[in-house]
Parts: sequence; structure tokens; C-alpha cells
Amino acid sequence: MLGEGMLKGLAETAKNFAGSFVSKERMTTVQYPEERIAPIENTRDFPFLVYDGSDAMAGLRCVACQICEKECPPKCIYIVKSTDKKPDFVGKMQIYPTRFDIDISVCMSCQICVEVCPFEAIKMDTEFELSTTDRFGGLLYDREQLSKSNEHYHKIHPTEAAEVDARLAEEKAKAEAKAKAAAEAAAAKAAAAAAAALPKEAPAKEPGA
Amino acid sequence: MTFGCSIAFLLSAALTVAGALAAALLKNLVHCALSLTVTFAGLALLYLQLDAQFAGFAQILVYIGAVAILVVFAILLTRGAGIPEYRGFSSSWLLGLIIAAAIFALFGWAVTKSLPAQITASAAPAITVQSIGAALMSSYVLPLEIVAVLLTVALIGAVIVAMPESRITKSETRTGGGQ
Amino acid sequence: MSQQASFWNNLDQVFVLLQHRIAGYFPVWLQPVVETILAVVGIVAAFPGIFALTTVLERKGLGRMQNRLGPNRVGPLGILQPVADGIKSLTKEDIVPLSADAAVHFLAPVVLVIAVFMGFAVLPIGRNMVLANLDAGLLFFFAIGASTELSIFMAGWSSRNKYSLLGAMRAVAQMISYEVPLLLSSVVAVMITGSLSTVKIVEAQSGFTGIFPHWYVFTPWGFAGFVLFVIAALAETNRSPFDLPEGESELVAGYFTEYSGFKFALFFLGEYLGMFSIAGFAITLFLGGWGAPLSVLEFVPSWAWFFLKLLAAIAFFIWLRGTLPRLRQDQLMNFAWKFMLPMTLLNLVVAGAWRFLGDGWPRWVICSVVLLAAYVLLGRVLMRNQNLGARSYRYAD
Repeated sequence: MLGEGMLKGLAETAKNFAGSFVSKERMTTVQYPEERIAPIENTRDFPFLVYDGSDAMAGLRCVACQICEKECPPKCIYIVKSTDKKPDFVGKMQIYPTRFDIDISVCMSCQICVEVCPFEAIKMDTEFELSTTDRFGGLLYDREQLSKSNEHYHKIHPTEAAEVDARLAEEKAKAEAKAKAAAEAAAAKAAAAAAAALPKEAPAKEPGA
Repeated sequence: MTFGCSIAFLLSAALTVAGALAAALLKNLVHCALSLTVTFAGLALLYLQLDAQFAGFAQILVYIGAVAILVVFAILLTRGAGIPEYRGFSSSWLLGLIIAAAIFALFGWAVTKSLPAQITASAAPAITVQSIGAALMSSYVLPLEIVAVLLTVALIGAVIVAMPESRITKSETRTGGGQ
Repeated sequence: MSQQASFWNNLDQVFVLLQHRIAGYFPVWLQPVVETILAVVGIVAAFPGIFALTTVLERKGLGRMQNRLGPNRVGPLGILQPVADGIKSLTKEDIVPLSADAAVHFLAPVVLVIAVFMGFAVLPIGRNMVLANLDAGLLFFFAIGASTELSIFMAGWSSRNKYSLLGAMRAVAQMISYEVPLLLSSVVAVMITGSLSTVKIVEAQSGFTGIFPHWYVFTPWGFAGFVLFVIAALAETNRSPFDLPEGESELVAGYFTEYSGFKFALFFLGEYLGMFSIAGFAITLFLGGWGAPLSVLEFVPSWAWFFLKLLAAIAFFIWLRGTLPRLRQDQLMNFAWKFMLPMTLLNLVVAGAWRFLGDGWPRWVICSVVLLAAYVLLGRVLMRNQNLGARSYRYAD
């Protein structure tokens, strides 16, 4: 009948109106900034550098390989390599970045730098309330501002961080095992070299027995 | 020849005449149509001062609400939104002025001739809307019906003129095939 | 008891008494002018105040219907939002396009607001509270309403903008089409009352049988007339679902497009005030004006009833706006000429039959059955040709 749909529609809106005062599912508004929705784990906003331990510069995972700088589509990363080396998490001596700048006004949060980093050194942060009144350098973050601890990484991306830690521990264990095997092989070689030195004297001692 | 006209009458008369002059003299055609609307409003005020409530409100309803809109629609549909501007005066203005003065003299003679010798302030007959309605239904019912038929014819004519071509040719071919 | 009665009576007539008291300070020949000026001041103060309230209630109401909060930052619960809107519209730059017709562009909102304010003159807001008790009050109201169409055309044409012109043309066509059902549906109230004066129409509805009032909306022809009048009123004031001429998703803002700042605010004001005056008119014609809904509630002042009914009507309009999608131009026109016009004409015949069938239950049954049958039949006939099935896409699988 003509007008039936209209009456059904009117009933629906009336239900919405009345329900918006009592039920949460009819009033879904979150009154930002007083209330906030917790971000989900896969949230990504702008990159940050991960460091292990408590000293940011000593524990920095980044080895200034510059892969992220080359892969970044809008070219917002600027890296200057160091001239000396420092040990990384397995103990190998690596160079480190003396300058690592990201211009987050240019960054488009594509996560390519994270995907290509072989050292799990750069990850995506979840902070977005970064407005500043400084027009000229306020959104250019340097190495100190970008470095955040591994604990912070665990807090914002727990599953990912656990995976990364497991992988790094595995690598470290493998490297240690390799080092031990290398050490054992070296020791065995040294022993073999020592043993090889001994039989030269023995045949001289027992010629005809 | 009395100057006992009230302020209200003088104001409405001034408004009407100003609107009419503007409608005749303005260059932009839509401006002329809009000042004609002001003239209609002035006329309605004059009717209301004569206590002819129905005539006054019908003047506003019909003239301002329909005829003025009709005029502007006609201008827009035939000329489009870009209105070319015309000169205010035509080349034969002297002849026009003479003819207008002659007609005005004729009207003035007719009006003064029809006034009674002594203007007595008699009570105007109370014409209420009810009496107009009663008259329309009793002594003037034939003109009412004829006007209604006229309006219907105009409506049907407008619809036919505005109907898309395909429908007309389709009906024509159908009657042609039926023969 | 009489003291209590006189208190309620005084409350009912408080504005009239105030008006007479203030006019008493002036010499006798000046008193009518002063009384009129005071009444005008009252109207100019009250209705724009209701306008301010309506803008915030509409936004919050629409918000709640759409599962969101409305504005709630300015003032407690957002009540002071109209103040913020007013300050914004007053301080915005007034841009007039270079090729626009400056004089007409300026006059269009002025003409609209003047015409709309004049419409309030014949609205009986309470007992003895009408600004101009005209014999042909209804005719005056509709005549003034017709002038608003002219201002919309002026606005659309003077902007020299295709979209404005298109919006203005559509708006004028819509308003002219819906004027016919509007007038015809109001004629039934005039027929049964026997007078064009709004005061007499309200007084004719002020009786009670038992506790139920004699409002026209409680009769078959009155109910049909009320529904048709409300639909035509929504279309006259370009209110959703008939707001195609000013639809934001269709024509930018239609004929408002080139208006900014205070002129836009004036258009907005004019449109809402037009909605109030026509809602007030619907209340006067069919809902008993300032009359109480139950005879036991007659002590409440008459102007309070009028404003309560006006608020209810406004709430209903907001409800409709939140529910219905916009009608397309051709659907609009079809609806006006093919459905509303026959129904209003039939309503006229039914009202005449009501009057001449005499008192008693037969006339109720006959009139209701005729109207319902016509509604159902007309609805079926008009909906028959529409293929309203599930949407099929040509290139989809």
C-alpha cells in the first residue's frame, strides 16, 4: 500500500532516536579527544628506530646499510654512516648511523622501510597526535627522537615484537653455535696440528718393532 | 480636485507609478519584469485601501504569485540567462508620447464625466468575501463555468505543446493505421 | 476558585494585558500604532528565537536518529550553538560574484524575509492574540506565500550561475505545483467553518464533546486534509524530502550557492520561518489553533498550547527529514499532479457530503470509507507502472 514503506522508515528512525539514549550500539559516537578508541595491533603511523638494552645509541640495531633510504618512495630518510664501528647484538663489529633523519611530514606510512630492513631495526610507531607549531623543523625527526626501546616495541606491537625477538634470539643462538663450532674446529685443528707434530718423533723412536 | 488624499494613498500611488515607470524605462529586461511586480504590489495596496480585501489579496496571489513568475519564465525560456541590454528610448518616442497623452486625456475625461456632481461621503457597501462567493454561485455562475472551461483548455493546450514529440507521432501513426 | 480561575485567565491573556498596559502610556490617537508595534516586536522576538532553538534541536535530533551525537561543544549540551552560528555568519566575508546582478542579488533575501514575516500577521497565537484580524486572512496568507517564490527566482537568476538558475527553476516549478493542493486542502476547513478568517476557524474548533475537542483533524475529511496540507507545506518550504532545489549533493546549494555570510543566514532564517508559519497555519486550520486537546486541560494558557503544538509539528518535520530520501524532480511533480490533486478534489466533495449528510454515525462511515478506498485505489494505480524489484546490473555476474 502507498505509504507503508514510509511508516516503517519512521518507526526505524524513532527506534534509533529513542535507543540512542539508552543503548551503546545505537550511539556509537566516541567523543574524541576525551574518549579514544584503543588502536588495533596493526596500526602504523610513522617509523621509529629500535634499540636493545638501556643505552639508545649503544643498543641501536641500525647498521646504516641505507636500504630503507633507497627504497623509501618519497625519499624522506636521510642517513650518514659512521667512520668507526661498534658491536651489534651478536658481537660482530658494525658501522652505525651518525645521522638518521626522517621527515614525517613527507612520510606516507607505506611501511616499505620496515619490510626491507634486514636487521629489524626500523618499525612502525602508533602515535599520530604529532602536530606542532614549528613550521620549519618540527616534523623533521632526528636519530635521538626516533630511537625507542624494544620494550616500547613490545608494548605497541606485542605479537610482532615477540616474533622478532624469537627470530633474533634464534640467530644469536645459531651464531653462537657457529662460533662454538668454529672455536671447536679451531681447537680440533690446533689439536690435530699438535698431534701431527708428534708422530714425526715417534717413528724415529720405533724403527723395527 | 481635492487634496484630501491620505498619506497611505499617496505612498501607494507613488509606488505604483514608480514601478510602472521603471518597468518602461529600465534597460535590463528582468529588472523591468521585477519592477512590474512592484507595480502589482502597489495596485494591491490601492485595492486594500478601498476595503476590497478579496480583490487586493487575489491581486497579490494571482499577479505577483503567478503572472510575474510567468513573465520571468517566458523571458528566460526565450532568451536564456544572458539578457542583452536595450536602449531605454526608441526612435519614435515623440509619436508614442502623443498617443499616450491622447489616451490619458480620454481616460481622464471618462473618469471625471462618471463622477457624481457632488462627492458625498456615503458608506461604502460592505462587500465581504461571503457576498462575492454567494454572487459567484448564483447570478454569476455561467461566467464562472466559462472561465473554468477556458482555464482547462489553456492547461490542456500547454500540456500538448510541451509534450515530447514521440508521443504525438505515435498517436498519429496509430490513428493513421486504424483507417 | 474564582481567584484561581482569574489567575489562569490572566496568565492566558498576559501578553494582551501587557500590550494594553504599555499602550496606555501613550496618547489615545497613538495607541493603535503602539499596540501594533508591540505585537510586531513580540513576533519578531519570539519566532527567530524559536528558529535558533530549532537549528540546534534539528541537528541534535537528526544526529540521534543517525546514531550519532549532534553538536555538543558550545554551551551545555550544545544549546548555545546558534550563537556560534550567528557570530560566524555575521563575520563571514560577503562575497558577491563580479557578474552577478548586484541589486537583485541584494534584494532577494530581503524580499524573502519580508514576505515570510508578513505571513505571521494572521496567525492566531492565543486567545485574542492575532496581529491582524482580517476577514480574508487565509487568502492573505497564501498570497504572501506566493511572493516567496518570486524571491527564490530572484536569488537564482541574479547569481548568474547555471546551478543556481537550475535550482531556482526547479524550486519555482515545485512551489507552483504544490500550491494547488495546498490551497485546495485548506479549502475544506473554510467550507465547514464558513469563513476565511483564521480567528473564526480556530473558534469553530474550540468546542468539546465530553472531553474530546472538535478539532477538524479528528474528522475523516479533516484528517485527509491535514495530511495533504502537511505534505504540500513541506514541498512549499523546500523541506526534506522535497528539498531537491537546495540539495547539497545535487546542485551545490541550489539557489543559495552564491550567497555567503549574513545573506545566507537570512535565507536560512526565511526558510525556517516559512516552515514555522505554514506549520502554524496547519495547526490553526486542522489542529484547533490555541485550543486545548482535552477539556480538563483548558486552564493551560492558549499561547502555550499553540507553541507546544508548533514544537510537535517541528519535531515531526525533523523526524521526516531524518527518515525519507529525497524525491527526484519528476517524482515530485507526478506526486503533486497525479496523487495530491485528485485526493484534494475528492476531499472537497467528501467535506461537502459531510456537511449535508447531517449529524450521526453514517456520515463518519461513508466519508472514511470513500477516502480510504480512493487512497488505496489511487496508490495501487500509481504504483502499478513502476518496476520496483531488486536492482539488476547489466554487466555484473
